[in-house]
Amino acid sequence: MPEATAVSIRQLSKSFDDVEVLRDVNLEVTPGEVVTILGASGSGKSTLLRCINWLEQPDRGSIHIAGQRIGLDDAGKRMGAKALARVRAQTGMVFQSFNLWPHLNVLHNVTEAPIHVMGKSKGEAQTHARELLEKVGLSDKAVAYPGTLSGGQKQRVAIARALAMQPEVMLFDEPTSALDPELVGEVLTVIKDLSAEGYTMVIVTHEMSFARAVSDQVVFLDKGIIVERADPETFFERPATERVQRFLERHG
Amino acid sequence: MSNWDILWQARDEFWTGFLNTMQIFGLSITAAFAIGCFMLFLLEGRPSTSKLTLRVFIDGMRMLPFLMLAYLLYYGLPTFGIRLDAWWAGVGALAVYHGCYFAEIFRGSRLVFPQGQVEAAQAHGFTRGKMFVRLILPQIVMQTRPLIGNQLIYALKDTAFLVIITVRELTAAANSLSGTYFIPTEAFLVVIGFYWAVSVAMEIIVKQCGRFGAKRGFDHA
Repeated sequence: MPEATAVSIRQLSKSFDDVEVLRDVNLEVTPGEVVTILGASGSGKSTLLRCINWLEQPDRGSIHIAGQRIGLDDAGKRMGAKALARVRAQTGMVFQSFNLWPHLNVLHNVTEAPIHVMGKSKGEAQTHARELLEKVGLSDKAVAYPGTLSGGQKQRVAIARALAMQPEVMLFDEPTSALDPELVGEVLTVIKDLSAEGYTMVIVTHEMSFARAVSDQVVFLDKGIIVERADPETFFERPATERVQRFLERHG
Repeated sequence: MSNWDILWQARDEFWTGFLNTMQIFGLSITAAFAIGCFMLFLLEGRPSTSKLTLRVFIDGMRMLPFLMLAYLLYYGLPTFGIRLDAWWAGVGALAVYHGCYFAEIFRGSRLVFPQGQVEAAQAHGFTRGKMFVRLILPQIVMQTRPLIGNQLIYALKDTAFLVIITVRELTAAANSLSGTYFIPTEAFLVVIGFYWAVSVAMEIIVKQCGRFGAKRGFDHA
């Protein structure tokens, strides 16, 4: 098995009813690498990201997280709920709509999974959570409830919550698409800082200049197929396909 | 001696009945709450035959007059060789009956629970049971607080039916005094006072609990 990769996706296909949203997708993410997935709405990029932690079940193909297969065991049978949860815990997911747990304050949102999933002690989890809140610039909001935060603050809490799992890979599903324009910057800054620290990340985004600045590899999906993959310089300056050229003209 | 003096002298009988009512109520409503939560958990996930059966059972209970259930447990079960004493038959009937109401209240709130929060829990490695207990249930309870308060009052009032299956509760005390001395008005006014006092106290407590949810954005009152 591919031990050296953080995420390894092989021959992944997925249909919703009759519509094929992913077709034979292959993608390798090495540790420390930042991969952004670009594409028009409906191109399958969110579905691809959600397959990585099995929030969507692919019809065919395999996904390995740090060498461990997710969703199915090596014999191809469905994993038990506990085994699936264990592999999922090695990914950190940040959603478009934050999805914080509103009955828990910021600190408890961040410590909830470390304590109740990973079995960390309360003290250890809280110390780590406070470091992470400092990293995302929210040390002063530890006892605030999500309902009192701005969208940008909520998303930064969600990032800290995902980081608290000490995941092998961070998954970002359009992390700034639900934000007011003036709040986008604070979230992108945090993600850029993480890439500088060497976190492995897979990011679905519509922010072109951000993708260019932060990526090691850019992947372009069209109708469920990867039509182009390149380093950001090549992708944005010398796109190989007409499809990507048209896309970049529209989003330039 | 006025009618009120008679009742005052019989105050021990009221008090014993009141304590009995409160014991029955406290025990059965706690069990009903737990049953409601457990049923909600059983209803989690994809539809299945067993879930459909549970839904039919819940609806069947809700559509049954409470008195019928009490009758069935007390007078009907002995036919099948199961004999409960009146007190436990009453507690059991109240627990199951109101448990089904709680389940239905919670189910309504669960239907509109944001799926994104469930996905966030799954993505963070939560299994079904832990997610339910830690993340879903607390929010459902906060969300349904006013309905829970309403159900508490219903359940308290339903304890009065148990006089018919010979439980010595508050209404039974009034019944017996009114029969002995023929002073129904005064005797029943006294027990109405008791039911109102307990209901008002519960309303105040449930309202105060709303502050807990309000801090978290669940209540705007």
